[in-house]
Formats: sequence, C-alpha cells, structure tokens
Amino acid sequence: MPVFIDARNVTFRYGGGDSEDVLKDVSLTIDDGEFVAVLGHNGSGKSTLAKHFNAILLPSGGAVYVSGMDTRDESLLYEIRQTTGMVFQNPDNQIVSSVVEEDVAFAPENLGLPPGEIRRRVDFALKAVGMYEYRDHAPHLLSGGQKQRIAIAGIIAMRPRCVVLDEPTAMLDPVGRREVMRVIKDLNRSEGITTVLITHHMDEAAQADRAVVMNDGQILVDGTPHYVFQNAGLLKSVGLDVPQSTELMFLLRAQGLRMPLAVLTDEECVEVLTRLLSGEFLPEGETGVTPC
Amino acid sequence: MLTLERLSHIYSPGTPFEHKAVDDISLTIEDGLFLGLIGHTGSGKSTLIKHFNGLLKPTSGRVLIDGEDIWADKRRLHKIRFSVGLVFQYPEHQLFEETVYKDIAFGPRNMGLSAEECDGRVREALRFVGLSEELMEKSPFELSGGQKRRVAIAGVIAMRPRILVLDEPTAGLDPKGRDDILAHLKAYHAENRSTVIIVSHDMEEIARCCQKVLVMARGKAALYDTVENVFRQSDKLKAIGLDIPQITEVFIKLRARGFSVDTSVFTTEQAAAEILRALRETGEGRTC
Repeated sequence: MPVFIDARNVTFRYGGGDSEDVLKDVSLTIDDGEFVAVLGHNGSGKSTLAKHFNAILLPSGGAVYVSGMDTRDESLLYEIRQTTGMVFQNPDNQIVSSVVEEDVAFAPENLGLPPGEIRRRVDFALKAVGMYEYRDHAPHLLSGGQKQRIAIAGIIAMRPRCVVLDEPTAMLDPVGRREVMRVIKDLNRSEGITTVLITHHMDEAAQADRAVVMNDGQILVDGTPHYVFQNAGLLKSVGLDVPQSTELMFLLRAQGLRMPLAVLTDEECVEVLTRLLSGEFLPEGETGVTPC
Repeated sequence: MLTLERLSHIYSPGTPFEHKAVDDISLTIEDGLFLGLIGHTGSGKSTLIKHFNGLLKPTSGRVLIDGEDIWADKRRLHKIRFSVGLVFQYPEHQLFEETVYKDIAFGPRNMGLSAEECDGRVREALRFVGLSEELMEKSPFELSGGQKRRVAIAGVIAMRPRILVLDEPTAGLDPKGRDDILAHLKAYHAENRSTVIIVSHDMEEIARCCQKVLVMARGKAALYDTVENVFRQSDKLKAIGLDIPQITEVFIKLRARGFSVDTSVFTTEQAAAEILRALRETGEGRTC
C-alpha cells in the first residue's frame, strides 16, 4: 500500500517563543486505505497532530506530506483540503444550512462543480451515510448522531481520499455512536477512504486496523488494537481505559492464572473463559481436577 | 425525601406536536441516595429532572419534597431551587463571570448570604470539586475543559443543595477527566450525605457509583431498583435498547453455554471474583 500521510519529525508549539512543544518529534506514516485510531487523553497532542493532516496547522519543525504534497506549500492548500476532509466533535458547529441536502452541497458548490455533478455527489454522500430520506429535513431537528452523519456526508461529497474525524462520537448517545461508527467503517471498507479516527473510546479503537496512542506530544504505542491493548498497565498509567474484557484478563492473571493478554471483544472473552472453566490456563501444577 | 406522584408532562398539549414526555411516574427518592438515571435520548430523562426543582410544572401529578407539594405555594418555589441544585449538560457553557470566584459565588449571593458566608461556600465548593484556590482569581475562560466543568458544578454545590442533580456530568470528557469528576462526586456524596442524582448513558459509570438506578423508556419508569437488581434484568435492558456493560454481556453468553455463573456482574472485580468462585466449584465438583 502506498503511503498516504507521511509526518516526519514533526514538532509543534502554539503561539511563539517559549511556549512548550505540543508535538515533540513525531514521525508517523499512514497507508492509503488504512483505518487508524489515534488515542490519548486530553492534552496528549492527538488533535493537534490530526490538524496537521489537512494543513489546518503547519509544523513548527519537520514536515507533513499528504499524498506527497508538502502542507507547508501554500499553493497546494486547496488540493490538500479536497484530498483530506475533517469532521469535528460538535455536530452543531459544523452545519451551515437549514436544509440537509443544501448543507451537503456546500463543499461541491464551492468547488465550482456543474449542477448535475453536485446532485450526483450529494445523493451519493447522503446514501452513503444512510440519510438520503432526510434530504429535505431541517438539520436542527435531527438527533446528534444524524447531524454528525450529515457532517460526514458533507465531507464525502468532496470525494476526499482521506477523512480525519476528531472525536466524532464524544457528544453522542450510544445509539448515535453506533450509527456514526457503522458509517465510518463502511466508508473505509467499501470506498477505501483512508480514515483517521481520534477517540478516547476504546471500543471504537478496537474496530480499527491500527491504534496509535499519544502521550505528552509523543507516540507511546503503535500497532494493531490487539497489540496495543496488551499494554493495559501502560494505557492506564496515561489515563486511558482498556475494555472490560482485557481488564478481566489482568485481574485473573494477578490471581496466578495464565490468561492470554490480547482479549478485546466479548466473543474473545467468552471463548477464553470457556477454556478457563474447562481447565485451561490454570497455574502451573494445578490441573483443576483433584485426583482421587 | 423527594416523591413523585403520578407525574406526567405533556409538551404542546392540544396541538399536532403534542408529546407526552413523562408518563405517569410515581416513585420516592430517599434522602442520601446516589441515584443513576439512564434511558435513550428522548426517553424523558431531562424533562423529568426539570420537575425536581420546579423548572417545569407537571401537566398532572405532583412533586413533593418532604411531603410538601413544591407547587402549593409559588412564592416558596425559589427556595426549592436552592435546595435542589440542577447541573445541566455541558454546564461550562453557562459560565459568565469575570473570575472563577465570582462565578461560584453567584448562587450563594442570590440566596442572600453575607460576603463572609459566600466566601466560605466558594472555598468549600472548590474543595469538593478538587480545584485549587489559586484558580479563584482566574477567568473561567482561561481554564481547561475539565476545569471549567468543575467550576460550573462548584457553582451549584456552593448553594449546598440537599439534592444535587447532574445531567451527563462526564459527557465529552476523556477517561481521566471522567474518573476525576466521578471520584469527587462520590466523595461529596459520602461527606455530605446529600442526595446525588446523575444522568448517564454509561452503564459502567452507573455501576461504579450508584446505589439505585432509574431506567426511563418512552416517558415511563421502566425499572427502579438497586444497581444489582437492575443489571440482573439485562434482557429487559437490552429490549429497551440500552447498552449493558461488556462484562455482563460476556457472563450472559457464558451462562448460555451452560456454565453456572451469576449474570448480575457489571464490574471487572465482580467478574474476576465470580470466575474464581466458578473455578473452585468445578474443581470441587470433580473431586470424588
């Protein structure tokens, strides 16, 4: 897979002069079509990093290349922003129109596309997020999850190759979170859109191809979700949660049981506990069956 | 003691938009209880809590505090607002004063307390939410998101309400910010022995903090019982469409596979203890 985002030794500080570096020499590549979750507590630098991916922020040191384009090159700005779209936390701050389909048409209109093409893109984007039947509705009367899907449709209508979502589910209820996650995964799988999901919900990160954990402006762990969640102690020490299934394995290990570490989903947990209750993973020398 | 008697609330009655948000709820919330309130968006949670301090008037039914109807004498209603403190969702959006101190002192000042008493209340409230007194002269707008939210909560705590109601106090916070707020609320509850009610979508959060749970569905009180008893009815919770803790789900599936495990576990500690118990039992079962 060709590299899509290439961040090389990025440092960043807000304001000038003696303020502290928010990003400290961060290097990260994201492949075309990859689904990457970026985790970290508030202030870890995860949103700051994400804002470098479509040139909202420019590195104080180092460089970021989006599909080969240097974000510091101002003449490439429009192209970079069309290539990588961003979705933010608060759905209410991202909607500009009083009719759903007009809102989604905002970006293609600004791209100067012919009306027929705008129509096609808007219809496609609304169908992709499952909101086509709401195209005549007023966005302010929709639920949070629906509004967030409209915001995503507005990005999709630009036909970007990459979407960066900065805590898109933080303000949603469980139903809204599930709706939005389903749409994000669908777009990644069926359209091959490179996806960067900033989140602190571990169950969301578990659905990505790869999880990157940020702490104090640096990358702490980077790997598959299974690999990353094996480091439960480390994640907790930087203020992150692990799934309950993973935590249960840790508690049982503390009791001397030889549980596997990489247990994320409930299915995996049921499987492992079934094997435990059938006599596996017991401490050395114990068979679970007292001999007669 | 807060009592609801056949409480119903209908929005826009007699119009095409008529909507019954709260539907015939009767229950009693005992003093000193830590109560969790869960339900879907639109299930009537926010409408319900707005009745607790008279922000909304029941369409029918009554709200009683210590047996007294809060609407019996409208002149006394503002007093009710001091004894039942409501913290809305994203309360940091409601900060408005120049300094943290003035913002927190706003409530106690409106109660007519002296400057000296107000000062004591502000410091006490800051302590309850875990903020340093050094922040008092700062503008609330200079603070981090989590700090702002704590200032907003302190502003309500400073009125020393007998009943503190918080609508999704941890929404949008990261795990650490969430744990901080919950820990401070728990300590506040333990020290003050006042009633605390939190609205939450997070079952694990409710499992960790609360003594009782009220589950709302379509304007009705679907379940109102201890945390244990509510989580024991996971079928019902799932039928309402609520998320149950991952670990509870795991234990339900284990039981479906024929293992005799208790399915009313909702924290990882309980789960570990239950697994160890089941292990001992199978061990003993196999002895001759």
